[in-house]
Amino acid sequence: MTPMLPAAFAELEPFAPRWCLATEAQRWQERHSCTMAELRNFYDACFPRLEEAIEYCDQFPLDALPDDVTNLLRLIHSVVMVSMAVEVFGQVKTAGAADAVLHRVREPVP
Amino acid sequence: MGRWAKPAEGSWTQHHPQLGTRPISFDDCVSPEFFALEREAIFRRAWLNVGRVEQLPRVGSFFTKNIEIVPASLVVVRGTDGEVRAFHNVCRHRGNLLVWDENPRAETSGVCRQFVCKYHGWRYGTDGSLRFIQQEDEFFDIDKDALELAPVHCDVWNGFVFVNLDREPRESLREFLGPMITALDDYPFDRLTEHYDFVAHNNSNWKLFADAFQEYYHVPSLHPQQILPASARPTATIEGAHYQIDGPHRLVSTGGARRWTMPPEHMYPIERATRSGLIGPWETPDLGPLPAGLNPGGVEPWGITNFQIFPNLEVLIYGGWYLLYRYWPTSPGSHRFEATLAFHPARTVRERVEHEVAAVMFKEFALQDAGMLGGTQAALETRAVPDFPLNDQEILVRHFHAEVAAWVERYERESRGTFA
Repeated sequence: MTPMLPAAFAELEPFAPRWCLATEAQRWQERHSCTMAELRNFYDACFPRLEEAIEYCDQFPLDALPDDVTNLLRLIHSVVMVSMAVEVFGQVKTAGAADAVLHRVREPVP
Repeated sequence: MGRWAKPAEGSWTQHHPQLGTRPISFDDCVSPEFFALEREAIFRRAWLNVGRVEQLPRVGSFFTKNIEIVPASLVVVRGTDGEVRAFHNVCRHRGNLLVWDENPRAETSGVCRQFVCKYHGWRYGTDGSLRFIQQEDEFFDIDKDALELAPVHCDVWNGFVFVNLDREPRESLREFLGPMITALDDYPFDRLTEHYDFVAHNNSNWKLFADAFQEYYHVPSLHPQQILPASARPTATIEGAHYQIDGPHRLVSTGGARRWTMPPEHMYPIERATRSGLIGPWETPDLGPLPAGLNPGGVEPWGITNFQIFPNLEVLIYGGWYLLYRYWPTSPGSHRFEATLAFHPARTVRERVEHEVAAVMFKEFALQDAGMLGGTQAALETRAVPDFPLNDQEILVRHFHAEVAAWVERYERESRGTFA
């Protein structure tokens, strides 16, 4: 199988199919379909390499990222999403959100 | 004693004696009769912001806008002459909605040379003129010039597109906005074109959500996660640094040490790693000289200024980016909430990630406000308690409800005058 991520981030490859997601709506849904243990597992593997991953992506112009780098950026966005559960709330769902929703309907690409 | 100086009268509220200091009623958030009056007195009279010029980048760019309380469906379009115009989104032939996709109640946008009605194929130019009638000679004494799309008063201030549904607006947009808001004439909103847009149906009156965003007194209680254990002090108080009122509009500026200048344990790891957070990127590009109206109280160090533009627009300007909220009433106990985060266009992945972090954290904490407000609405609907005390940090809540009441009273007075 062709790797999704740059070779320098090969150890994160097992997370790529699930977490290289293009939109916030997809990342939000994926977070809320996981258990806290799954989120922590993803976060613990990815967070230590986050700053390095941002620097790696920045070797390329934002409007011309190769596919594997676009995937890495999408993975970074997922780490941001999951950090809310792991760092801020200690639970999958936003504490106190009750039945409220808020849909992101437009966002920049990638 | 707080850390920010209050006016000589001893409080921000007493600086505006017309506001009083008594408890206020929130019956204006549950009464169907009051809701019907707001429709006529406010939403059919005030200038309403429906979007930004960035949504109309080219000749023929358009978007539709629903204003449920009126109700109105509008189409806002940039004509071949570059002018932005607004029309009722209603075909003059048989009254079909003119511009829509699959769902007539859903807003849409795009670019076109003309609007074509789905029903019988009548065509309109982007200036609203009726251009084509299918089998025109079958009609009787038809005058195409008299069948243009019904126009709506439309004006643009610093890139914000406003409409006014009154037959003849009582004041121009600039007069309506007044000196405190037009002091932002030179703020470079046009450089902050990377937008993250959010929308939500919320089970609370439109004014209740605005209330939650015009005081910071609720922050330690409702958003405890915003304050990390290292920063939490039992004696800590929340204070706006400067409050100001001008006509129906109001603002609050905050000040104090910026989060990222504090030791690392005062931040979440994701904030440190990405150099961004709830209050946005730590560093933003220099936007050049900024208008004095951005920080009219001269707060130092300045944090945010939160402009509450009557009736349903809020613009919070941070260092180098802004947040915008609109509250569209859909019933006495519900509204449609719109939010936009606007940044300069990211030049690098790092900047894109900084914006993403701000947009993600914004949603988490806005959901806490949104979730709680269903509880406020449910309680107010019991009408068990006649009035509620407001403190000095809630002066803008007090002013907002007083201003809404004043617009309703003026409308009622004028209506009585008409029939006297």
